[in-house]
Amino acid sequence: MIVLASAGPVIPVFGGAPSSYACERANRLFCPDWVSQNWSNVLWPALRQHVVLSVVAVVIGFVIAFALALLAYRRRAVERPIILISGILYTIPSLALFEILVPIKALGLSVRTAEVALVSYTLLILFRNIVTGLRNVPDDVREAARGMGMTARQSLWRVELPLALPSIIAGVRIATVTVIALGTVASYICDQGLGVPIFQAIQDGVFKTELIVAGGLAVALALFADGLLVLLQRALTPWSRARAR
Amino acid sequence: MPESDTARSEGSSGFAPAAPLELRHVTKRYPGQSSPAIDDLSLEVPAGEVCVLVGPSGSGKTTAMRLINRMIELTSGDIILGGSSVLERRPDELRREIGYVIQQIGLFPHQSVGENIATVPRLLGWDKARIARRSDELLELVGLDPEEMRGRYPAQLSGGQRQRVGVARALAADPPLMLMDEPFGAIDPINRERLQDEFLRLQATVRKTVVFVTHDIDEAIKMGDRIAILREGGVLAQYAPPAELLSRPADDFVAQFVGADRGLKRLALTTLGDVDLIQPNGLAPSGRRVPLASTVRDALSMILTAGGQPLTVVDDDDHVAGLVTLELVGGLLGTDGALDGALDGARDGGDGSDGASGAAGEGGRSS
Repeated sequence: MIVLASAGPVIPVFGGAPSSYACERANRLFCPDWVSQNWSNVLWPALRQHVVLSVVAVVIGFVIAFALALLAYRRRAVERPIILISGILYTIPSLALFEILVPIKALGLSVRTAEVALVSYTLLILFRNIVTGLRNVPDDVREAARGMGMTARQSLWRVELPLALPSIIAGVRIATVTVIALGTVASYICDQGLGVPIFQAIQDGVFKTELIVAGGLAVALALFADGLLVLLQRALTPWSRARAR
Repeated sequence: MPESDTARSEGSSGFAPAAPLELRHVTKRYPGQSSPAIDDLSLEVPAGEVCVLVGPSGSGKTTAMRLINRMIELTSGDIILGGSSVLERRPDELRREIGYVIQQIGLFPHQSVGENIATVPRLLGWDKARIARRSDELLELVGLDPEEMRGRYPAQLSGGQRQRVGVARALAADPPLMLMDEPFGAIDPINRERLQDEFLRLQATVRKTVVFVTHDIDEAIKMGDRIAILREGGVLAQYAPPAELLSRPADDFVAQFVGADRGLKRLALTTLGDVDLIQPNGLAPSGRRVPLASTVRDALSMILTAGGQPLTVVDDDDHVAGLVTLELVGGLLGTDGALDGALDGARDGGDGSDGASGAAGEGGRSS
């Protein structure tokens, strides 16, 4: 009785085609058959959702952080309050933040809630890197831009922002990797992304294949996005690699 | 001014190659400071001349320069460029018509040499072909090969090359006025001298009105048609051509600032061609040879290193023009009359018959 009772629930039921049954039953860590059978109905949709979840969070976070950074660049007084607030948002444990947001009527158990939480984690990183990049533009360069008759706006878009790009993109890289990692936790409230199979595996208790594959996919996605951003930076800042001949 | 034809033909955006500049009772007072940074400064710079602002730190020379293109706003007074007040212009539009070179140069690291030079023409909306032509022309003007240089980034240039690009960028839109703030300050002495000479050659071609800031009195004497010496508190101590500054310093401050060796500096303004050399009178010329274009100061130095022996002066074709001796040089300096006569002659357009021919100021810098 005891054996049956304990053996029954631990065998996952979804996607359990007969061919992989043996592997699952043997309770090995990794069942390649399970992966190939569940790729199109479980893993691929989760991965796609995860990409959307992350991209939306980083884009919205960037737009907000960029506006705040320009404000702080012009008016130093607002820099500290912004860092303080975004710093508090950054340090709230992610699960706690989700719990705080869910009771809010407009959010509830939805993708919106997940996005609000993810965006709040990008703000501090992006804001700091954009402001630092702008502040690190050499004074003589800013002076030359102004002295040659650029307006403040022309100097910002033609000189200061291009020179801040390496720092800005560095911020986007950290924010992206952070969001991809945290996005798995977001599944706790919105049933989207690579967190779904991971939570499933945790609930199942014994079967670990989907946890390993989904986690691995999250890591691979983070590395891939990071590499893509490195390539973007190289394309946008060819001058940063130019050295004396 | 036929030399400036190229600059003029490209610079057809509506302003003259050079414009006179006048500062009228300019005062700059920073809030919360008891004494002004610039105190009632008045000076006129004729079109096409180089005015050097020189003085110790705290004399406000850079402040005075930055008032002209309104990087700093003046408190009272007026600045007239080419007949109209700079205060009536929009600052950014005004600055596009004033070349600006600073010590750190401030090339844009993310732009190629060509793009850097194109900065102001782009702001003025020139078409691409015209900008490209202009940029190549300017690179050649400052002695850089356009093919090799236009695509490079500032990080790939030497200090001297960066300086040249900085000057080319400032000249790009053919501004009637150039402001240069210690442009050679960060360059090693040997290259600095070369850049100074190059700039003087360039200036002989483009004939811009130039306001040049330096703390180095030797550079001021070399570069300036006129020198304005400022003392602490932004007060004008003396405004005069270099030769006059050296021969007749207005007060002890100026005398001290130009240095105890101002006699030697005066000799540096005069070439051997400007003085009456001793004729060999049939004697076989001996001793070391020195070109006619050398300064009297260099000749003196050579005489001293040769143990006091006279030098043979030769012209471009290696013909003997005369001899120069220690006594001759001593006579020029000692009896004050000889050299001053030459300098006065140069200023009044006189015949210079009293010991040396005129144009010491011009002659000294045409080499």
